[in-house]
Amino acid sequence: MTIARVDRRAQRSPAGSGATGTGQRTNTSALRRRQRRGSRLTALAFIAPLVVYLAAFYLYPLYRNLDLSLRDYTVRSFVQGDAPFSGLDNFRTVLDDPTFGPAMRHTLVFTFASIAFQYAAGLALAVFFNRHFRLAPTLRALFLIPWLLPLIVSASTWSWMFNSESGVINYALHLVGMSPVDWLNSPDWALTSVVIANIWIGIPFNLVILYSGLQNIPGELYEAASLDGAGAWQQFRRITFPLLRPVSAITLLLGLVYTLKVFDLIWIMTKGGPGDASSTLATWSYQLGFGTLLPKFGPGAAVGNILILIALVFGLLYIRVQRRQEA
Amino acid sequence: MRNTRRTLLTAIAAVGALTSVAACGGGSDSSSSGSGKAGGTYNFWDPYPQFDASSPWGKLVTKCGTDAGVKVKRTGMDTTDLGNKALLAAQQGNAPDVMLVDNPVVSTLVEAGILNKTSDLGLDTKSIQKNILGAGVIDNAPYGVPIGANTLALYYNKKILSAAGVDAGSIKDWNSLTAALKKVKSAGKKGITFSAINTEEGSFQFLPWFWGAGGDLTKLNSAKGVAALSLWKQWVDAGYAPKDVLQNTQTTSWQEFATGDYAFSENGTWQLGNADKAGFAYGVINIPGQNGGSAPVPTGGEFVTVPVQKDSSRYDVSKKIVTCLTSSTNLLSTDTALTYVAPTAEVQAQQVKQNPELKPWISAVAAARGRTSGGLGTKYPTLSQPMWTAVQSALSGGKSPQAALDTAQTAAGKG
Repeated sequence: MTIARVDRRAQRSPAGSGATGTGQRTNTSALRRRQRRGSRLTALAFIAPLVVYLAAFYLYPLYRNLDLSLRDYTVRSFVQGDAPFSGLDNFRTVLDDPTFGPAMRHTLVFTFASIAFQYAAGLALAVFFNRHFRLAPTLRALFLIPWLLPLIVSASTWSWMFNSESGVINYALHLVGMSPVDWLNSPDWALTSVVIANIWIGIPFNLVILYSGLQNIPGELYEAASLDGAGAWQQFRRITFPLLRPVSAITLLLGLVYTLKVFDLIWIMTKGGPGDASSTLATWSYQLGFGTLLPKFGPGAAVGNILILIALVFGLLYIRVQRRQEA
Repeated sequence: MRNTRRTLLTAIAAVGALTSVAACGGGSDSSSSGSGKAGGTYNFWDPYPQFDASSPWGKLVTKCGTDAGVKVKRTGMDTTDLGNKALLAAQQGNAPDVMLVDNPVVSTLVEAGILNKTSDLGLDTKSIQKNILGAGVIDNAPYGVPIGANTLALYYNKKILSAAGVDAGSIKDWNSLTAALKKVKSAGKKGITFSAINTEEGSFQFLPWFWGAGGDLTKLNSAKGVAALSLWKQWVDAGYAPKDVLQNTQTTSWQEFATGDYAFSENGTWQLGNADKAGFAYGVINIPGQNGGSAPVPTGGEFVTVPVQKDSSRYDVSKKIVTCLTSSTNLLSTDTALTYVAPTAEVQAQQVKQNPELKPWISAVAAARGRTSGGLGTKYPTLSQPMWTAVQSALSGGKSPQAALDTAQTAAGKG
């Protein structure tokens, strides 16, 4: 984009002044060529910082991660840098590992359950706050708190609340006469517990984006609809939801990418346990690379790459859906 | 090429979520002077970030440097980070001159080829107790000098035991311990707390029971291993131990014991200082074996090591620093500060003289084994992870002890 614009502007001025004679014309075309080269260099100079930045902080790490996953790294060859190329062996190891199936399943359950509830709750709250009642701004600000807290604080707090011996949630259950639940210590509940905590953390993000989307829906539509006798539910279904579709799509996609890679929350609350009852691809990748005394960089990187691939697939899917909407 | 590789490495460090790249960059300064000349800066890493430069440990490190005629730049970092940081630094060719590492990490670093043999440096390890040195011995050659050892035993709350009518002296084996827990529970108190978390800490805490049954790490699913895991499971199922042992680190497990509600806590030497502050009378007994006697416990504690340097003339000074840190007088003050048991009989005798409470700990350390000892080396990490996973799946009720350990054995076999 930038290059094209600079070129066009540079071309225009010599073309205007050099339309007098043939002798001058050859001169101008040489001049024009020189100027074009000059402007191209300028253009390159302008994009160079961005290219260098992208290469150093995005391309190179990605390339290294791919390289790590395609080589047979031991601690010795990691230090000496002479790990033999092993093709897709690491990926095969990872796919054959009995942890892979559960980790994949947990990743999908974690991601889709989190997103579904975050989106539903975020949308409900956004519609609620869109009514502009008194105190609405204050309440809305309060709902942003989960977003402001450092993740380690919220995750530790959730893990205390869920504690089976002294947690406040079991205490509340006890007060209403229900038997305590081993939230984080039972293989049946651990995944649910981290999903609950993650939903809580994700609601503000959905609320903010969907709320700003609601602001762009013209009020006249609602007025017209109510004149036509549409009730609140019909207004939501026929106006709010369809007009919010583009915003919803981007919210869901971003939420998906954020949730796929959630690591810290699970690591702080359960470390993927008990056993591997709440381990996802992200925690497993960390476990392989850094969680034991003997790091397995190759398989760890392979799991990381699988995670990137999944995110990429959904990203492409999003672009396709968006194109179709525009067409 | 060299430079690009270095930047690249920094990038991996960033990707790997190893946060403080700066610490890696602060590796050895190869331009500094060699052995003969005085001066220069020597880099020193340890896993004691809790001690700053004004602490006795910080002062000792500085002093040992000054005595050797050099300036020592000390960097303290979290013990779980230290191993990976060392690997990265060695890859970039700037490993520290002297490094204190947790004992099971030694074999990993030796496997990576980045540590010097103590015999090559001319360091003497003859006076060191064999079983403590064991964790740092690979193929009969030691690769470091232990600075001290710690291990696990059972702390008990005297008041709770006497209220429940239990005599701590009567606890000789697993049956008498379980019987004691039963009495404590029927007296309305909580039994025992330990750490069964899914990290190395969990394995460390499980090993005394695993070995106490006569278990062998290369056969995780033997009947003996199953007996140990069944003991823990029985305690959790019967409510003698809380379910949240699955979440407990050794620190949080200690905090539970410090509430004064628990009769027993499996914990380490390093809690002695906190035990005095707990505000109730406590005692310590060795962890019993299945059929009596003391169970073999795993050794904890750090080794002083000298990583490989390009400039071998630096070793002379490094050796002086190591010798200074591990001299008897300095061991005594260091191990007192860390509440560790000294690695030599001579210093242990002095320790007991200063503090008779250390006596059960010294006998526990004498019965202890290195996790990576006995030729296991870097096989240990590939056994430890399946083992802690098995403990977790059995205690959480997901699997029976036998099934959990069968899975662990299969996973360990794939290594």
